Amino acid sequence: MRDLVSRALDTASQQGAAYADTRVVERRAESITVRNQNVEGLTADESLGFGVRVIVDGYWGFAGSYRMTPEEADRVAAKAVAIARASARAGGPRADIGPPEVHVDTYRTPFRIDPFAVSLDDKIALLLRVNEAMMKVKSIVMAESNVYYQREKKTFGSSEGSFIEQDLVETGCGIGATAVDEGEVQQRSYPNSVGRHQGTEGWEFVERWDLAGNAPRVADEAAALLTAKPCPVGVTTVILDGSQLALQVHESCGHAVELDRVLGTEAAYAGTSFLTTDKLGNFRYGSDAVNLTADATIPGGLGTFGYDDEGVLAQSTPLVSSGLFVGYLTSRETAASLGQHSNGAMRAHDFNRIPLIRMTNVSLEPGEWTLADLIAATDDGIYMETNRSWSIDQRRLNFQFGTELAREIKNGKLGDLVKNATYAGMTPQFWGSCDAVCNRDHRVVWGTPNCGKGQPEQIAHTGHGAAPARFRNVQVGLMK
Amino acid sequence: MLPGETQLKDFADRVLAMSQAEQTEVLLFSSHSALTRFANSYIHQNVEDTSVEVSVRAVTGKKIGVAGTNMLSDESLRAVVERAATLAAHQRENEDFQSLPAPQPVSRVDAWVQRTAAFGPDDRARVVAAICDAARNAKVTAAGAFRTSASEVAVANSLGVFAYHRETNADINTTMMSPDSSGYAARLSMDVNDVDGPTLAAEAIDKCLRSANPVSLEPGVYDVILEDYAASDILDYLAYLGFGAQPYQEKRSFMSGRLGEQIAGENVTIWDDGLSPETIPMPFDFEGVPKRRVELITNGVANGVVYDSYYGGKEGKPSTGHALPAGATYGPLPSNLFLKAGDTATDDMLASIERGIWVSRFWYTRPVHPLKVIVTGMTRDGTFLIEKGKITAPIKNLRFTQSYIDALNQVEMISRQTRLMPGMIGVSRVPSLKVKSWNFSGATEF
Repeated sequence: MRDLVSRALDTASQQGAAYADTRVVERRAESITVRNQNVEGLTADESLGFGVRVIVDGYWGFAGSYRMTPEEADRVAAKAVAIARASARAGGPRADIGPPEVHVDTYRTPFRIDPFAVSLDDKIALLLRVNEAMMKVKSIVMAESNVYYQREKKTFGSSEGSFIEQDLVETGCGIGATAVDEGEVQQRSYPNSVGRHQGTEGWEFVERWDLAGNAPRVADEAAALLTAKPCPVGVTTVILDGSQLALQVHESCGHAVELDRVLGTEAAYAGTSFLTTDKLGNFRYGSDAVNLTADATIPGGLGTFGYDDEGVLAQSTPLVSSGLFVGYLTSRETAASLGQHSNGAMRAHDFNRIPLIRMTNVSLEPGEWTLADLIAATDDGIYMETNRSWSIDQRRLNFQFGTELAREIKNGKLGDLVKNATYAGMTPQFWGSCDAVCNRDHRVVWGTPNCGKGQPEQIAHTGHGAAPARFRNVQVGLMK
Repeated sequence: MLPGETQLKDFADRVLAMSQAEQTEVLLFSSHSALTRFANSYIHQNVEDTSVEVSVRAVTGKKIGVAGTNMLSDESLRAVVERAATLAAHQRENEDFQSLPAPQPVSRVDAWVQRTAAFGPDDRARVVAAICDAARNAKVTAAGAFRTSASEVAVANSLGVFAYHRETNADINTTMMSPDSSGYAARLSMDVNDVDGPTLAAEAIDKCLRSANPVSLEPGVYDVILEDYAASDILDYLAYLGFGAQPYQEKRSFMSGRLGEQIAGENVTIWDDGLSPETIPMPFDFEGVPKRRVELITNGVANGVVYDSYYGGKEGKPSTGHALPAGATYGPLPSNLFLKAGDTATDDMLASIERGIWVSRFWYTRPVHPLKVIVTGMTRDGTFLIEKGKITAPIKNLRFTQSYIDALNQVEMISRQTRLMPGMIGVSRVPSLKVKSWNFSGATEF
């Protein structure tokens, strides 16, 4: 790989690039999905390719290819330079990526059990066993269980002298049961919805989440939701479980602090952000209980790595400190525009995509409460668990979420099951109403393997540490 | 330069010859894609890539394994064939699986425009520069993306199927922004000559300027005009949640158990037709089965769903040619949707509304209740108050929470003009709609 990287960088420089970087990405992934006792998805995929990113006369160009030959390295590097020259046609400011970043290093995900080494028969047997347990429950029309694991070897070189090799492993798993009766459909998922929960770990991740032990409960809850009370309509106290809170953090904080959005470069698609640069350091984002951090070094987090795709070292950055907005997720170019140094948030979906500012592990820092004490200290409200739907406006202000399961809270105790629960709000007001966060014992770094952004669209894998938290005066029950 | 039909056929034959499985399918994608992205009225991202994908489905008895690669050496191909066979060997028998499809005649459809395939970075930059110049002249800011692509797909199997198709796409959108407003315009075509930067810019600038100084409006139930950009979202979610055989068979679809029933207004007719010249045609699916026109909802009556060979086999029905690539677990989906045009001019739709809302576009829509097709989302890029048949003020964006099935029972007028747009899967051709009693459940600050 070193030869191809060097060749592409040399060609780019010879063609006129003032800056160039090359990433080679080799990925291997396997996925097993069991639906209704059939192994409907059993796939193994591999890919290899490289991309060359350049700045020529202050303008960006990028080209990528799957052909791993020296001649193709020359062609692709020259193409990237030609594209950069075309970029100049529309004018605009010249790119400034700040001072050089030079690292020569390797990074490897620590893991205990290589997921590719675990017997395929054992994996399938586990998923079938889990599926069977869910299908035993009356009203379940669809049971799905899946595992996914990937290994990605990235080689990064830059014209500034960086050469970084990373070996990144991820493993994920999930189960879901769907119950249908009399015009109603209800679903329960575990450990998380929208497919699966995932981390930068080995097969030990799947073992720890104990799919088999949770399958009967998941199916029972889906069936029970069919006849549950509808979500009340009104303004009340809400306690969100950690997984729902993780998505709340992702949507209303993580995307809002991406500095490329703030500066307008995602305006036509993903949108911008209400957290404009004049608010940095003086805007009250939430209550004193709200502390949010972007940390790419959390062991096992799905947004954990050694270096980002600009070759910047992984690091931890405060975003919201005791409710005050204090930091962005940045790239070299966007950080330089604020006179800052990149905090290493640039990642690309694959070899043929440019890096964009993506969340690392954007987390709500834990508080002091136990969940039992928090519920006991809540006279009236709703406990909501596991995301079912999510939507937020393009400046990350007005949001509406739905959860798979909810329960009434009456006089400090969990009460009746509630179905079709929804809540909505405006981001600063919502986080301003947070008056309690549960402690470290309840915290999980939830993996979100499906974060879309950019054109052509890229899917990022992000992590979000969260423990349950309580919010006052929340609008609930918005489904017509 | 893409490989072309002869080379892909040779390639598929080589892969099939390597396989010892009882049945083998090979799916080949090859593409050359470029995208110029602009924001703050200049180009900030400009990319191009050349890609290939090979996917092999090996079948032994009723056991199936799928493996893929983008490495094309004989060694890599042999490895991927062996991996698919190994996965199949570890599989359980799937009693619902019958066979890979047998060969059927496939129509040739023309979806290739050479000038689109040859369109280069300087050509794209010229179009984008015209849009940015128009923005500067109007004292607004331009953002957007212009993608051109040329791609090929070939499917072959050991029963004798071989199908090949190539297509070009030119897909552009722009959002024009002032400090408190925005306007959107987009075009999709096989032919890049259909993309005219100044015309596109003018449409978005007009909407942006007209939506400046928006006022707040209380959420509630309003009659609406959904421009085609917004109305396409209805087709997307109907397709995703209910027009495929998988949710239909699992009783998770609004179509389940309701074929032959009136589920929408009599003025609503929806179909899928991959062969129509009014779409970006694709003559076969990813199993090589020819696409059939499928009447989904006819005059409001639930008429049918789409099938691949697997889900069709479960009901003893033929595939309608709507398979996704092997390994996908969503089941078959429509990819060339049409909502039948009406006979109303958009101005007449506007004139008919006493008090309502004009919606240019929806954003971040997500299902809240799949069976009832209740969806929430935001308005974006031009939302206006209608009073006494006229637009009287731009309004700040609203959140809606609305059953799309209920909405299809409340369509009062349909425009005669339609627009081709990218869908969640494939493309769709949609008119603008006047819908009674749309539920807006919240509001934002801009």
